[in-house]
Amino acid sequence: MAKKMNLSELYPGEKGRVLKIIGARNINKKIVDMGVVPGIEVEIEKVAPLGDPVDVKVKGYHLSLRKEEAEGILVELI
Amino acid sequence: MPKQIRVALAGNPNSGKTTIFNNLVGARQHVGNYPGVTVEKKEGSLSYNGFEIKVIDLPGTYSLTSYSIDEMVARNFIIEEKPDVVVDIIDTSNLERNLYLAVQFMELGVPLVLAFNMSDVVEKKGINIDVKHLSDLLGVPIIPTVGHKGKGMKELLDAVIEIADQKKKSEVNIRYGDEVEKEMEKIQGLIKEESITINGLSPRWIALKMLENDKAVKEKIRSPKIISAAEEGSRNIQVITGDIPEIIIAEKRYGFISGACQKSVTRTVEERRSISDRIDKVLANRFLGLPIFLALMYLVFHLSFTYSELPMDWIESFFGWLGETVTNLWPKGEESVLKSLLVDGVIAGVGGVLVFLPIIFFFFFFIAILEDSGYMARAAFIMDRIMHKVGLHGKSFIPMLIGFGCNVPAIMATRTIENKADRFTTIMVNPLISCGARLPIYALIIPAFFPERLHTEMLWLIYIIGIGLAILGAWVLRNTVFEGESAPFVMELPPYRVPTIRGILIHMWERAWLYLKKAGLIILTVSIILWFFTSYPKPPESQFRNLSGEQKNEIELSYSIAGRIGHGLEPILKPIGFDWRIGTALIGAFAAKEVFVSQMAITFAVGEEGGEEKRDESLRSKLRDKYNPLIGFCIMLFSLITAPCMVTIAVTKKETGSWKWALAQLFGLTALAYVITFIVYQAGLILKIGIG
Repeated sequence: MAKKMNLSELYPGEKGRVLKIIGARNINKKIVDMGVVPGIEVEIEKVAPLGDPVDVKVKGYHLSLRKEEAEGILVELI
Repeated sequence: MPKQIRVALAGNPNSGKTTIFNNLVGARQHVGNYPGVTVEKKEGSLSYNGFEIKVIDLPGTYSLTSYSIDEMVARNFIIEEKPDVVVDIIDTSNLERNLYLAVQFMELGVPLVLAFNMSDVVEKKGINIDVKHLSDLLGVPIIPTVGHKGKGMKELLDAVIEIADQKKKSEVNIRYGDEVEKEMEKIQGLIKEESITINGLSPRWIALKMLENDKAVKEKIRSPKIISAAEEGSRNIQVITGDIPEIIIAEKRYGFISGACQKSVTRTVEERRSISDRIDKVLANRFLGLPIFLALMYLVFHLSFTYSELPMDWIESFFGWLGETVTNLWPKGEESVLKSLLVDGVIAGVGGVLVFLPIIFFFFFFIAILEDSGYMARAAFIMDRIMHKVGLHGKSFIPMLIGFGCNVPAIMATRTIENKADRFTTIMVNPLISCGARLPIYALIIPAFFPERLHTEMLWLIYIIGIGLAILGAWVLRNTVFEGESAPFVMELPPYRVPTIRGILIHMWERAWLYLKKAGLIILTVSIILWFFTSYPKPPESQFRNLSGEQKNEIELSYSIAGRIGHGLEPILKPIGFDWRIGTALIGAFAAKEVFVSQMAITFAVGEEGGEEKRDESLRSKLRDKYNPLIGFCIMLFSLITAPCMVTIAVTKKETGSWKWALAQLFGLTALAYVITFIVYQAGLILKIGIG
């Protein structure tokens, strides 16, 4: 059983598969529209110089999310 | 009469949509606004094979929800205006996410053509797309294009004409899962039962949007029966699946796209780190990112101000020369109101409008490079932590920074901020960032009242008060007017690209043109009013006997409407330490902040002989005689906080699209300036600071 965690807890270079989106409704809508849907593979590419936001690789492109938004994305580590 | 075709150009931001729009219509384009909103609308037209094709550039969007203005504008345009064909520009190197928007057009059932843009990049990456197969799977024509090379434009137009000719609508058959389908059927049944229609949209689409909790569709439906059915359906889906319908629907759309891509896209080489990723390793690096960003900002700032100084001087000199020439050519003894209106009102006013052009050109040259290269998103990525703390967006940083140079291009630069609350907050507090035109005031006052060792500290203090108030102002606005409207920072970091010269030039030209068209008239009108206020009425000749030119000027200004307002305001100005002279000069300074200095010189009857430096020196000694350091500080404080100049207000009007915000900025800042200066002055009097 893979480890379940929030996307915000992943370190740069780590990959996860999205299990569930649990944040606020309007933020969720935007996140799923950008392709972060359950079942998809995401990778933390880097963290901004000041520690927030993070750069997440989704479907081959880069998406920037604040940590508070990444907290609403439940993933399993792969 | 050639046959007309109306084409709406849609696509994700960074898909190369603007380049294709420019390719298609060239210079035959103009910028306007969508009615009622501040979203920009670009239109253009071309003739092709006997057809007159009108192209409307929709705002770049990722989706068609009712959450963002841009998406609403794009969707409403398509639903209400029913263009003959929608061309969706797809960034092929980012195929799946770009097709997400295409699928939503297909759900709407609009006549659709897909342009697979940047198809060359994809080939280089070793990705092979069977366009024919994918086109068959999706049931829409796909045309490969390379925007910056102008490739595929003919083929795209041919496809547009064919689709328009056949009136062929797109369709898509996505199954959204049993639970969603079941609820959709129920809602569809009710829609048919009550025979509700919205612009001829299918009941299935309306049902889908109802489950997606779409505000705009809900408002139009109005039937309480359907709304409660949708709410109940949404709850049922949530109970059974554990997810809200929006997430499931998006998941199914992406699933559909994935399926289609799996059947038509093959990779011939393993994915490797792209050049863009390698550039990011440096530019957005944990340690190097911030210093590189600050260095780049310094460079942009330095270059734009250094290079725009000279042309600004030319423009000023030219209008100075023009005014003088007209004065000299005017028949002697015929100096009428007309001459004064022409020279001091119109010529000076037009000069005052045009003098900003070089700075707008230079700033937007660099901004266009930052934007088109993809660095702007990184700048926001780097600065978001700090900006978010004060309730703003990472993208607010650059406009705030530009504010130190000039608030006019700064407010114009807020266009890159998508969220309205973020953008308007940035616009409203921007004038608190002390612009370059306020520097002459500090340069006059500080040496007049403060010992040399405190000069730098005083200047810093003023700037820091401005920054502090801007932060505080942003915080207050975010917690009152724009409460709860915080936008998620879900932002694409697009791959780096080499900007095209044509794209940059068009961008610069657009900004300059919009400034002239939208703000120019307001600025000219206000400067003529200000001219009138500071020139009329004229005192009777009898008062001028045996007086020097400077003394005449002083009497004239004192006698004018501005002078009278200054005198009239004295009771209000006294509690903040000001007299009629300062009040009158502040009225004149609304034209441009630096005018304060020359207006003060007039009220003290100080002449211009011996150049500006000498004038300032004799003015300083007069100021020292008349006022004290506390008042000096209060003058700086008031100048810092009050509305900077009419140009800023005019640009705020243009950028927010309403006088409401412009006037709120004007009066809000002036009131804030008054209150703060009042507190400081009264506290100084009580504590006996700076009144010796």
